[in-house]
Amino acid sequence: MSKSNTILYLDGVSVSFDGFRAINNLSLVLDKGEMRAIIGPNGAGKTTMMDIVTGKTRPDEGEVFFDGQVDLTKHDEAEIAMMGIGRKFQKPTVFESHTIEENLMLALKGPRSIFPALFHRRSAAETRQIDDILGIIRLGDKRDELAANLSHGQKQWLEIGMLLAQDPKLLLVDEPVAGMTDAETEETARLLKDIARDHSVIVVEHDMHFVRELGVKVTCLHEGSVLSEGTLDFVSADERVVEVYLGR
Amino acid sequence: MITGRFFAAGADRRIAITIFILLAVAVIVPLLNLAVSPASAFYVPSYIVALTGKYLCYALLALALDLVWGYCGILSLGHGAFFALGGYAMGMYLMRQIGSRGVYGNPILPDFMVFLNYKELPWFWYGFDHFWFAGLMVLAVPGLLAFVFGWFAFRSRVTGVYLSIITQAMTYALLLAFFRNDMGFGGNNGLTDFKDILGFNVQADATRSALFAASAVMLALAVFVTWAIVGSKYGKLLMAVRDAESRTRFLGWRAENVKLFAFTVSAVMAGIAGALYVPQVGIINPGEFEPSNSIEVVVWAAVGGRGTIVGPIIGALLVNAGKSWFTGVLPEFWLFALGGLFVAVTLLLPKGIIGMWDSWRGNAKALRAASVAEEAGSDSDVPPPAKVVRSEARKPGDWSASNPEPQPAE
Ligand SMILES: Nc1ncnc2c1ncn2[C@@H]1O[C@H](COP(=O)(O)OP(=O)(O)O)[C@@H](O)[C@H]1O
Ligand SMILES: [Mg+2]
Repeated sequence: MSKSNTILYLDGVSVSFDGFRAINNLSLVLDKGEMRAIIGPNGAGKTTMMDIVTGKTRPDEGEVFFDGQVDLTKHDEAEIAMMGIGRKFQKPTVFESHTIEENLMLALKGPRSIFPALFHRRSAAETRQIDDILGIIRLGDKRDELAANLSHGQKQWLEIGMLLAQDPKLLLVDEPVAGMTDAETEETARLLKDIARDHSVIVVEHDMHFVRELGVKVTCLHEGSVLSEGTLDFVSADERVVEVYLGR
Repeated sequence: MITGRFFAAGADRRIAITIFILLAVAVIVPLLNLAVSPASAFYVPSYIVALTGKYLCYALLALALDLVWGYCGILSLGHGAFFALGGYAMGMYLMRQIGSRGVYGNPILPDFMVFLNYKELPWFWYGFDHFWFAGLMVLAVPGLLAFVFGWFAFRSRVTGVYLSIITQAMTYALLLAFFRNDMGFGGNNGLTDFKDILGFNVQADATRSALFAASAVMLALAVFVTWAIVGSKYGKLLMAVRDAESRTRFLGWRAENVKLFAFTVSAVMAGIAGALYVPQVGIINPGEFEPSNSIEVVVWAAVGGRGTIVGPIIGALLVNAGKSWFTGVLPEFWLFALGGLFVAVTLLLPKGIIGMWDSWRGNAKALRAASVAEEAGSDSDVPPPAKVVRSEARKPGDWSASNPEPQPAE
């Protein structure tokens, strides 16, 4: 398999926790500009796969390459984030004691060392960027609210907004519509499709309605490796997928 | 630029008032001690000047601790060590100022070295005859220790209880080391019998007043610096690391560097506090490294209100005033009282005195707003109390009302 023209390339990746193989010989390739949906039952290893890509977990074996040439297993979280991989956690994680605006300011692309942050003054360009993002995530009227006061769904959006502020090349979005109403779910699908126009995206989600809405290639994980891959219709017709979802 | 923000309309009034009071006290107390006749009702006795000067040093130490504990969630139980190291650096200067006036009359060697048969001054005592050098060491030694300690601890991602325990171990190790006579710091007895500071008699009322004023001014400066740090983008980042460390990492921030900077600045502040403390109490000995001292600092900050700038200062002043009174009346029971106070504050006032004050004022405001709205015969736009509390507490440098617990990622 050629790595060129891939944004993310995983080959033969395995990782064990206390002898339990959470990821088992996983291979997954994402082309530049592609959006992929990843489904799979709880404990399939979806979040762990993201941990590996973002440097939180080191794989025991296997190759993980970003942008065709960067070996991600040799870098830590902050370096990987700076290379252009952004991540939304499964449990929405925002800075609750800060306002929406401050959350976005901390995420905004720019230098990441201490002294510039100490003497930082917000520029007009930054204010404009924050305004834009607030518009996109529909939190414009809440910019001075504490993030702690947001609803669950709004926190999810704020976190996506923080990803946008980071302006990564690849976005890893873990269960973005958990806890959202149907209307919010549809809104989120539209938002992600919008983002996918100029970013590579991996979305992990259980909600089949949402995955259908996205209308992209689907990978089904099970017990740490790929069970099935293709269009949603193909994957959901796959007998093995039906079996793991409907239970044994 | 930062001063611009300070004087801006939205500047935190509480910080401005605190700085103003400290500067006023720095002028007024010495005046009332030196220029007022002892017969006057306004006379401030010298022992009060010395005692409150000491409290101001404690307040500076508590503020230093709160920068890392309140704003970054690093519960250091070793800040007494940075305080003591600053104190020792100042003590070494004061020892060398004694010159040939010591009991043994040796112009170079302090008395304890003559007593222990030192033939020459150890190399690490060189330079301490100069005030500027000692002053530099007051900043550099605690700062460097904190930097090296933090470098290893934060890089290996030691957090929570484990970090607290190793900070205790650090101060305990220093306690044992400084107890040894062959360390060259006076062993058990420490450094004492000081004569002069910058050519002035340390015992003189005027010198004591000057040291008091220096402590008050330094505390005011530290309040300003802490306020500037906490209000900056870096300060937001500091709190972000406290609340969701892994989130900051995945945004590309190096959480270990964020912590390291605050820890080092905080240690330097603690060192300055120790350096101002030693000439006012006239002695520094290894007892200052006692692990329980560092724990006491945590109690001060908790009582006053952690995660605020004014809280730790109020806590340090009140608890120490209480301690002075208590140890006069019931000396054996002070430790029980301190422990009881800590338990009571943790259970009843989790945000300390400042937090209680804020929520009390917030509620009072909401009630007033409600009664005004009632009188006007409308109940439409009564602000919910919680919101008022929030906006009260949102002043830069204050603990937010939401009081978020550190949350694990994912
Ligand atoms: N740090 C860890 N330590 C131990 N076990 C883990 C750890 N992370 C994940 N696991 C285990 O790995 C498996 C896969 O988890 P996860 O990736 O969270 O699944 P998913 O996101 O697909 O629901 C689960 O059985 C989980 O318990
Ligand atoms: Mg998961």
